[in-house]
Amino acid sequence: MSYAFLRTAAAAGLVLVLAACGGEATESATGGDAASGSTIKVGLLHSLSGTMAISEVTVRDAELLAIEEINAAGGVLGKKLEPVVEDGASDWPTFAEKANKLISQDKVATVFGGWTSASRKAMLPVFERHKALLWYPVQYEGLESSPYIFYTGATTNQQIIPGLDYLKEQGKTKIFLVGSDYVFPRTANKIIKAYAAANGMTVLGEEYTPLGHTEYSTLTNKVVQAKPDAVFNTLNGDSNVAFFKQLKSAGVTAESMPVLSVSVAEEEVTGIGIDNIVGHPVAWNYYQTTENAANSKFVAAFKAKYGAAKVTSDPMEAGYNAVYLWAEAAKKAGTVEVEAVKKASGGIALERPEGLVTIDGETQHMYKTARIGIIQPDGLIKEVWNSGEPIKPDPYLKTYPWAGSLAS
Amino acid sequence: MTATLEKPPVTEAPVKEPRDWRGPALFAVVAIIGLVVMPLVLEPFRLGLLAKYLTYAIVALGIGLAWGQGGMLTLGQGVFFGLGGYAMGMHLKLNDAGDGLPDFMVWSGVETLPALWEPFRNPVFAIAMVVIVPGAVAWLLGTLVFRQRVRGAYFAILTQALAAAMVILLVGQQGLTGGTNGLTNFFEVFGQDVAADSTQRGLYFTVAIVLGILFIAVWQLQRSRFGRLLLAVRDGEDRVRFLGYNPATVKTITFTLSAVMAGIAGALFVPIVGIISPALLGVVPSLELVVAVAVGGRFVLVGAVLGAVLMGYAKTYFSEELPDAWLYLQGALFILVIGLAPKGIVGIISSVRESVAGRKKEVAA
Repeated sequence: MSYAFLRTAAAAGLVLVLAACGGEATESATGGDAASGSTIKVGLLHSLSGTMAISEVTVRDAELLAIEEINAAGGVLGKKLEPVVEDGASDWPTFAEKANKLISQDKVATVFGGWTSASRKAMLPVFERHKALLWYPVQYEGLESSPYIFYTGATTNQQIIPGLDYLKEQGKTKIFLVGSDYVFPRTANKIIKAYAAANGMTVLGEEYTPLGHTEYSTLTNKVVQAKPDAVFNTLNGDSNVAFFKQLKSAGVTAESMPVLSVSVAEEEVTGIGIDNIVGHPVAWNYYQTTENAANSKFVAAFKAKYGAAKVTSDPMEAGYNAVYLWAEAAKKAGTVEVEAVKKASGGIALERPEGLVTIDGETQHMYKTARIGIIQPDGLIKEVWNSGEPIKPDPYLKTYPWAGSLAS
Repeated sequence: MTATLEKPPVTEAPVKEPRDWRGPALFAVVAIIGLVVMPLVLEPFRLGLLAKYLTYAIVALGIGLAWGQGGMLTLGQGVFFGLGGYAMGMHLKLNDAGDGLPDFMVWSGVETLPALWEPFRNPVFAIAMVVIVPGAVAWLLGTLVFRQRVRGAYFAILTQALAAAMVILLVGQQGLTGGTNGLTNFFEVFGQDVAADSTQRGLYFTVAIVLGILFIAVWQLQRSRFGRLLLAVRDGEDRVRFLGYNPATVKTITFTLSAVMAGIAGALFVPIVGIISPALLGVVPSLELVVAVAVGGRFVLVGAVLGAVLMGYAKTYFSEELPDAWLYLQGALFILVIGLAPKGIVGIISSVRESVAGRKKEVAA
């Protein structure tokens, strides 16, 4: 009898909770315009759950830091920024849904978000149809230039091609390609093969493993038997841990066969285990150790807010920059209205932690300095080579004659 | 259907004829709310979300039929959802591309349209495939599996493995399927601008009506001789066999019907949400739908539909309000409902009704 009563009570409670949910959701549906109140709403859309959360949360944190700093300095156009955070849940359709929610319900002025190319591809139609702005902070495979997306990470000619230039300079002419099976590694490897053909390099092999794959003994054997001078690694996430461990136990060292990675940054090094990856090169546009005043300030502020043990990495810095670049464009435009911000953005140049960053108005990508670094015993990355000056973004590789067949 | 079976209760048994009007009345009320009230009250974005939940409800209806009525715990409905979705997605992509190639083929290095894609230009062919492909796959699987008397957990694991394999297949064939990205960035659906509010409204009505029709169809099926046979197979497969029926046929037909429903749902999902990707048809989304059916109440068709809509809504609501902790809340909701009411929300409602009725009797006596 009492059990039946308990069940009835629980049922009633549940119905009440659900009813309450219903009431509130329709209420929150009536949001004002982005800039109509005393604050300007901006959306932050990253995966806070699922496999990508470990990486994307750090970018969200860097963006929140930028918003806090901008607000402390008086905000944008006299108004404070109000972040609206949503969870993309490592699920591409969810990214599209939440982007739609931020635009249609919260009426945010702009959205900072995404990490994987798949999430960007899923959000792209939402932003284009609603004529809203997305700032995407991660290096990617290029071959895209949406009028409603600003790309603050590197495109291929600012990361992969400099990486190849570096290997060539080091006399590494026989390379082996290892990657996770999705759009970025496949496209990157297409570019690498075209580059190799035009630059007298040979690609000894090309292997893909599913995302999240952790069994690398077969693959490592293949790589070792092919005897390449270097490996170009586009593996993502956990796979790197297993791959580098396996390589180490097969006797491969950074001296005998350097593995150049383009998806391993400070954040990932500790996960992989410093012992397993020390000495190997990586290609990015920013390292925690990059020396300039803006970076010292960024690193100090980040550690002060989130803890001294935290590291800063390239995607975090690109997310942090995105907020500042958008704020600068809005100030220049005198409004947060999308078309005006887009128009005002071209040519904006800011001294950022990675050095001078300039918005290329035509492609909405950034001029960025390419940097090759070597992983140090303390887990940080030391720069050993840079492009000297910011490289003009060329997402379709139009200025590279050997890449003619890629973009069509 | 004697009292010797202790496990699942035989609900909505066709014994009490006088209660017959209640079902249709409730159906009419829900239909009015769904077709008149909701489109007036909700703004376009929310209506689009409701349309999405209703596509899940169509899949859930199929799971309710296969699992609740037929005892086949299928953990791979995402596969059929995906087959339907990809069939529709391929048509929409080709329609947008015109004479050119779909965008993802260009950046995947495919130069000529694969032969597999060509017939999907034809909308009639594409729509036919939405039904035929999931149906055929389920039929084949059912024929192979049920004849071998694979059932229970073994069947569940098999369907789950199918979902996992399907994802690997789709991700690996980037040039053919769009890889992890899936198919997205659609412009037109049958001549209408896919992003326009009027189109989305039209799609909402389409989904709601399709769900209504399928619900009535399954309801009728459940009340038919076939429906009773299905229940009998669920509760005592061997006895049914000894009586001279072939349980494998009954199960194969039911499984195929549930797959076809998932396929239709997938096809409707694509223009509404604007994407179909391997992430939508893997193990996790397939499980989520089964969980939704369990939460709603798997032994009654209404429970499956209710569960899918509620869980879809709860996911949206929790994740919007508490983006950092919504998964825990969703999990808690599931544990709470299943822990306190193994028969789901519908079970709670009927036990409330019973206890009220019981009290009335006490008072009367």
